[in-house]
Amino acid sequence: MVQSLGYLKETPSQTAGPYVHIGCTPNFSGISGVYATDLGIAMTNDKTLGERITLRGHIFDGTGTVLRDALVEIWQADAKGLYNSPAEMRGTADGNFTGWGRCPTDMESGEYVFETIKPGRVPYRDGRLMAPHVTLWIVARGINIGLQTRLYFADEEAANAEDPVLQRIEHRNRVPTLLARKDGSTYHFDIHLQGEKETVFFDI
Amino acid sequence: MSNRKPETGAFFQRDRQWHPPAYTPDYKTSVVRSPQRALLSLDNTLSEITGPVFGHALLGELDDDLIHNFAKPGESAIGQRIIVHGRVVDERGVGVGGALLEFWQANAGGRYRHRREGYVAALDPNFGGCGRTITDEDGYYRFRTVKPGAYPWPNGVNDWRPAHIHFSVFGHGFAQRLITQMYFEGDPMIWQCPIVKSIPDKAAIEQLIAALDRHNTIPMDARAYKFDIVLRGRRSTLFENRLEGN
Repeated sequence: MVQSLGYLKETPSQTAGPYVHIGCTPNFSGISGVYATDLGIAMTNDKTLGERITLRGHIFDGTGTVLRDALVEIWQADAKGLYNSPAEMRGTADGNFTGWGRCPTDMESGEYVFETIKPGRVPYRDGRLMAPHVTLWIVARGINIGLQTRLYFADEEAANAEDPVLQRIEHRNRVPTLLARKDGSTYHFDIHLQGEKETVFFDI
Repeated sequence: MSNRKPETGAFFQRDRQWHPPAYTPDYKTSVVRSPQRALLSLDNTLSEITGPVFGHALLGELDDDLIHNFAKPGESAIGQRIIVHGRVVDERGVGVGGALLEFWQANAGGRYRHRREGYVAALDPNFGGCGRTITDEDGYYRFRTVKPGAYPWPNGVNDWRPAHIHFSVFGHGFAQRLITQMYFEGDPMIWQCPIVKSIPDKAAIEQLIAALDRHNTIPMDARAYKFDIVLRGRRSTLFENRLEGN
């Protein structure tokens, strides 16, 4: 026998279920008066620095049906590439930008929408700059453990071409599943959970 | 938040044999909502190591009291009064201070307050079903609620969820983000549930079962259940010449 390492096991994940809104966006689910507002619906204020953008899209299951009961959270750097987090050691992020947002998909249309800013570039582990990106976390009924992916911007061709994470995708025809399409100040980003157009998901 | 220096190491790799896999056909909705291709493994970058942290200023006075936070003045929710408490630690056993926990549940009869829900059991006019709290410096949390009832769901023709409380947990990095469900000691429904059984390992399921805690029960008021939560540990930053931990 050797000594025990003594590590604990991570609490196992379970699905968020169809009523995730009760806990995470109670006002959206019709429970008013408990919290003033739902957490994560506003990422910016009128002093936030950077280019204002809207991110929107739908989530599709393996049959091509839109999910109307999912919850999407995003996490991103500010316009200068700094995270609003105690673990950010490179400087102080824009105090008028949370970096974190949460949006349920609409109960009728299934669309999610975030009003945010375009993130600056953040260094990869070896110091090379990653392309501007937004981290997404998706939970829903039928999803046993939250799905992690990244949104990149299709109009950042040069930065995307040298992005160390995108470069690691062996099947190059899957790279476009991570690119959001620009339309004025809006970027469209659909997520496909399964099948032909399946989005690249990460084990982070 | 604690005065401890923020940690910046990468997180331990997630044990995906311990967690439920994506595709668990007895839980029918998972069949078309599970990716078929392999996940792309990504060494943590700053985008995963960092994460939002929420201040105690966020919390309202009754956010951790589901018996009263939706009730009319002077009234309270119907059901077995309980305290749920425990500690949020990481895989190294280190307390995770400043962690935001959100929880939601059905009422004592198994009925959720949600626009999409139509179970015949009645709503409780004094029960909303949502709450939240933030762990103290050592990772401790507690809240008051009523014990939720079991609940039928359209999976098999006669499937019932065990009594459960949903938890959403933020650690210190976005890669620690976790949603799970807490079950209650001794409930025979646990071992019949396809959502519980999406977890392959019995020991992992037992990690989700809160124990009745007589030492923290308040006599003549509320029983207590203890539910500890473990988030991913993280590597130490032993070598300063590395950008983000070992």
